[in-house]
Amino acid sequence: MSKGLPPFQRFLDAHRDAVWRFLVSSVGREEAEDCFQETFIAALRAYPRLRADSNLRAWVFTIAHRKALDAHRGRARRALPVAEPAVLDGRSAPSPSARDEELWQAVHGLPERQRSAVVLRYVADLPHRDIASAIGCSEQAARRSLHEGLVKLREVVPA
Amino acid sequence: MSNRENTAIEDALRRGAPNGPGAMPEDGASEREAAAAAARRVSDRAAAEGLADVSYSPVDSPFGPLLGAVTRRGLVRLAFPEEDLDTTLEGLARRLSPRIVETPARLDPLRRELEEYFDGRRREFDLPLDWALVGPFGRRVLRVTSEIPYGGVQSYAEVASDAGSPRGSRAAGNALGSNPMPIVIPCHRVLRTGGALGGYGGGVERKRWLLELEGALTPRG
Repeated sequence: MSKGLPPFQRFLDAHRDAVWRFLVSSVGREEAEDCFQETFIAALRAYPRLRADSNLRAWVFTIAHRKALDAHRGRARRALPVAEPAVLDGRSAPSPSARDEELWQAVHGLPERQRSAVVLRYVADLPHRDIASAIGCSEQAARRSLHEGLVKLREVVPA
Repeated sequence: MSNRENTAIEDALRRGAPNGPGAMPEDGASEREAAAAAARRVSDRAAAEGLADVSYSPVDSPFGPLLGAVTRRGLVRLAFPEEDLDTTLEGLARRLSPRIVETPARLDPLRRELEEYFDGRRREFDLPLDWALVGPFGRRVLRVTSEIPYGGVQSYAEVASDAGSPRGSRAAGNALGSNPMPIVIPCHRVLRTGGALGGYGGGVERKRWLLELEGALTPRG
């Protein structure tokens, strides 16, 4: 007899850390809580209709990615200040945390698909195949977005 | 782009975003706590909004922590401490619904009634039951069993006969053995003809303990 879907609580426990990290990095801590709730409540509603052999990690990040995009677009509509990518001048020696701050401002300034690809790859640690299914593109397109995002980050944040 | 430069950026990305200006830096442990707290709020909200088909939680008892599970209809499962948690939950997912969440508050009525029972202050359980895990014959047997009063006992043959299966004391024994809600449905009150204890899903020592609590057996010296 084939194994069914895991009990929802087990699915939630298995993915909560990675989804939380992904959302904090994507939308900031303030909005991460709401996005997290919406992600897993939406997942719970749809859960019984899933096939038992589904890739649950790719699936939950498809939902989390959509919620993060909604939050970004909502912020843009409300015209809240969006951090501009800043260029370090190289003369001052910024602390590591200040440099991380610059880097993440630059990440948040990337085009949607590049930003998603970067955060899904490095923060959520998803393989390219799962990034592609989360953002709804081919694996090749996901690799390209990731590469283009890294190139842009290199321009604004010299290593 | 050189590999070295790329690696530095990749390492910084892997650390995740800082929490914004003025925020305290979070270490990995407190981030995991924040994620766990957010997950608990998901489970509570799922139960409150009626999205969870099954809610479960450990419930204290003199035998150790029991696992209690309720549906919208009522108590559906009570498991002894040595039953494997994952196996129990997977069984509920397969037989009832995979929308299962851990919400301790939903088990408060069971917790309260069990505490009163184990204190000797409660002689019957009032909480509603969900019979979804029990087949038609099992229901007849367990309903008959539910009517054996506190402090009393019946034989397997009597229970089988009352359930409409006079020659089926073995079948009745099987139905009692797969009682999904022991203690609350008092299958410990069914003994062999002649008074031998017979078997018990939670172990025969527990059966004796429960019958002594209820005064149906005299404690051994």
